[in-house]
This record gives sequence, C-alpha cells and structure tokens, in this order.
Amino acid sequence: MLAMFSLAFMRNAYLAGTFIAIICGTIGVFVIARNLSFLTHTLSEIGFAGAAFGIFMGWTALSGMLIFTVISSVIVGQMSVKQSRREASISAISALFIGLGILFLSLSNQTSSYATSILFGSVIGIAAADVVRVAVLSGIVLLVMLGLYRPLKFDSFDAIGARVSGLWTTAISVVFLVLVAMSVSVAAQIVGSLLIFILLTLPAAAARYFVHTVSKMIFLAIGFALAGVWIGLYLSYLTNLPVSFFIASIECLFYFAALTYQRVHVGS
Amino acid sequence: MTEPLIAVQHLGIAFPNNQVFKDLNFDMQRGDFLAVIGENGVGKTTLIRALLGLVKPVAGQIRYYPNKKAIKVGYVPQFRNLDQEYPLTIEDFVSLNLRGWRPWLSKAERRQVDTALAVTNLKKIRQRPLGMASGGEKQRAYLAQAIVQEPQLLILDESTASLDNEMKYELLDLVENLNQTSAITVFFVTHDLPLAKRYAKHYLALRPGQQEFGQVADMSVEQLKEASNVSNV
Repeated sequence: MLAMFSLAFMRNAYLAGTFIAIICGTIGVFVIARNLSFLTHTLSEIGFAGAAFGIFMGWTALSGMLIFTVISSVIVGQMSVKQSRREASISAISALFIGLGILFLSLSNQTSSYATSILFGSVIGIAAADVVRVAVLSGIVLLVMLGLYRPLKFDSFDAIGARVSGLWTTAISVVFLVLVAMSVSVAAQIVGSLLIFILLTLPAAAARYFVHTVSKMIFLAIGFALAGVWIGLYLSYLTNLPVSFFIASIECLFYFAALTYQRVHVGS
Repeated sequence: MTEPLIAVQHLGIAFPNNQVFKDLNFDMQRGDFLAVIGENGVGKTTLIRALLGLVKPVAGQIRYYPNKKAIKVGYVPQFRNLDQEYPLTIEDFVSLNLRGWRPWLSKAERRQVDTALAVTNLKKIRQRPLGMASGGEKQRAYLAQAIVQEPQLLILDESTASLDNEMKYELLDLVENLNQTSAITVFFVTHDLPLAKRYAKHYLALRPGQQEFGQVADMSVEQLKEASNVSNV
C-alpha cells in the first residue's frame, strides 16, 4: 500500500479524490432533496462537451467544463421551473450537448482515447496543478455553501414553507445550480464526466435512509463518497482496471445496502 | 385594553379582468382570533398574500402597528408535498424556519425549538422522521415550524382541511392555547363554520363583491353560513 503513495500521480489522485468526495457528499444531500438527480446526469454530459470545447480552444478541459456547465445549469434552471416540463427540456439539452461534445472532439483532432479519458476519468492524468485547481474550486463551493446553509436547507427540504416565509427562493436555486455545475466539473477530473452523477447522487441518496438530520446526512454522504473514492483508487491501482468502475460499484453497494436496511428496519 | 395589530382600510385588489376586493375593511387587535370564511375563489389566499405584502393593493391600505417590519408572521400553508420517505426528523424540520447565519443552532435557538415542540406536544416524538408521522402529527409539526420564530401573527390557510374531526379540534385547541397564553394573533382561513364558531373571536365572511365583519359570539353557525355562502357545513 505504501508503494502506491510513492507514486506522485497516486498521491495526487488521492488528494483530489478527497476534495471531490467532500464536495460531492455535501452538495449531493441537497441535490437529492431538490430532486435534481436527473439534472446532474445531464450536467455530466454537458461537462463532456465543455471539456471537448476546452481542448478544442487550447485551454484546460476543466475551464471548458466550468464554462459549459455553469451557463447551461442556469439555462436549465430557468427552463425547468415548471416541473411538468423539466424532464423533456433536460433531455433536449442533454442531446444537444452530447452532439456538441462529439463535434468539438472531432474538430480538435483528438483521438478516441482522449474522449474515453474525459468520459470515464483517468487517475494517471492528474497533475499537481490539477490538485490545486480542484482544491481551490472545492474551497469556493464549500464556503458559499456554508454562507448559504440555512436558507438552502430550508428551500431544499421544505420548498413550500420556504416560499411562504418570504425566502428568496429563486436566487437560492440559481446559486445552487452554479455550485452543482462547479462540483460536476471538479469531480469529472477523477471519475470522468459520464459517471460523475454517481458521486453526486448515490452517497446522499443512501445516507438519508440511515440518518435523519441534514448535518448527519452530509457527514454520512461524505463518508460514503470518501470510502468509494479511496477504496476505488486502491483497487484500481492493484488491478489496473478503471477507477470509475470501482467507484460506481462501491457506491451502488452502499445504495442497495441502504434500501435493504430501510426495508428491514421500517418495512417499506 | 386592546391594541391594534393590523387595520385594513378601503382595500381594493384587482388582477387583469378580475376585481377581487373592493372597499374591504376590517381590523385585528393583538390577541385576536379572526376566522376568514368564504367559498373557494373568493380571494382568501389573495388576502393572505396582500397581508404579507406579496400583492399590491390598487386602492386603500393595510396599516401595521407599530410597523410591518416589527410584525413577525408564522404561516401554515394548505398543502405540503412531504411523502412517506421524507427524511428529516420532526425536530430538524421545525428548526428549518430559524434564520441565523451560522450552520449550527445557538443555545437560544435550541430553546426556541424546544418551546415550539413542547406547545405542539411533539417533544416525545421529536426524533421521528416526519415522513413516518401521522397526518395530525405532521400538521402539528407544520404549526411548530410556523411558531418557532415566535411570531406575533399566525396565519392558518385551511390548515385543518385534510384532518379528521378529532384531529381538527386537537390542532385548534393548541392554536387557541397559543392565542390565549402567548397572545399570538390568529388569522384562520377556513371552510369549516363549526370550527370558526367554536374558536374565533371575530369573523370576516367573504362573498364576491361584498364582505361582512363582526363578532363570532353574535352569530350562530347558520348565520355564519348565510354570511359566507359556504355550502358544505
């Protein structure tokens, strides 16, 4: 195990993975409460297009991702105010962005292996500078969350109550979507854009079956996310298989365990 | 001695092609219990929105004593979309309505939550997930959340509509107790005339284009029915 940490890229992957698990666990609790799982899935695809665009422009993949996900999350947020229209409009946007991603990849003359690493993530690709970027972005996301904690909690867990008590719920939604977009872009560095919604949804969705206050859900979701990322990275190192496969499997395991627990414990 | 809290004077509210109120007048004293009765669509919710400052009057005014900012409002809305899987404990749900800036609750805020849970008889089940609570317990939790900020004015918007008879009286006994012991002014929107008769001090009967305001003690349920045109007593 120690041999693993003598490799710079593994150290970087663990550091970045830790930050990613922390923000995904935190944001995820609110994503689940606000029923935005499907939107995070779409943002993953938009992130892929953004990364391809970033490469095409000669920037980093992360910059392209940030631009695309932040802009589109605000647009999606505006479009899907009406619940009935939400799924269809998200599907339309998702289709458009996958198409754009493929277009930019082909225009930038990158090989398909590059597309694979954007879509599925790559441990080897994480340099020290990436870790710094991930850390700074995670810090920003967490600080905003901290400042916004109570109104965000109220709006996410009791939207009707928050609205009638005069909370500025539209502003909260927009800021939250931007935070989600930033988290998606950051987390894509390790698990890849295709599987990113796993870390944003499954740990939090599992946590809510075990504990019943927002703060405990956040801590437990971070715990599940950290376990998935750390164990996933280790198994990937041992087997040379993709890390996103392990993370996805571990998080699914947590989620199914939570469902089973709920069934046995509560009987529903 | 009574002290005024809100005075509605010659209030007119209109939307395009729809005059909701014309020359509406009533007032509420501190510690009042006002039942607002009337059929659906007569403007009860619009009146609440006007009191909250969310709808602008086209005529007249609403006066607040001493001023609007000084009056904290607790609001129990008619519908809440919380299903069986709703995860938060009753205690955590109640504390959502506390507006500090720090993520954790201060000592004073924890006391406020304790008090709200105590007066709504929820202390024993405070750790129960709200999704697992019964209809009456849920409604009490909504009430506890509305009063956790220690409001001067409590608005109940058809809050008893989904409850069976026994639970309705249980909930309104709690509200009456708050009204009497903490001098919370109650604005109770309802269809249920026996409830209005039993608990309210004043009534405001709304009918399209006209309204009647007076003391409940002077009225029978039949007379309230006539004044408000509510059919399903």
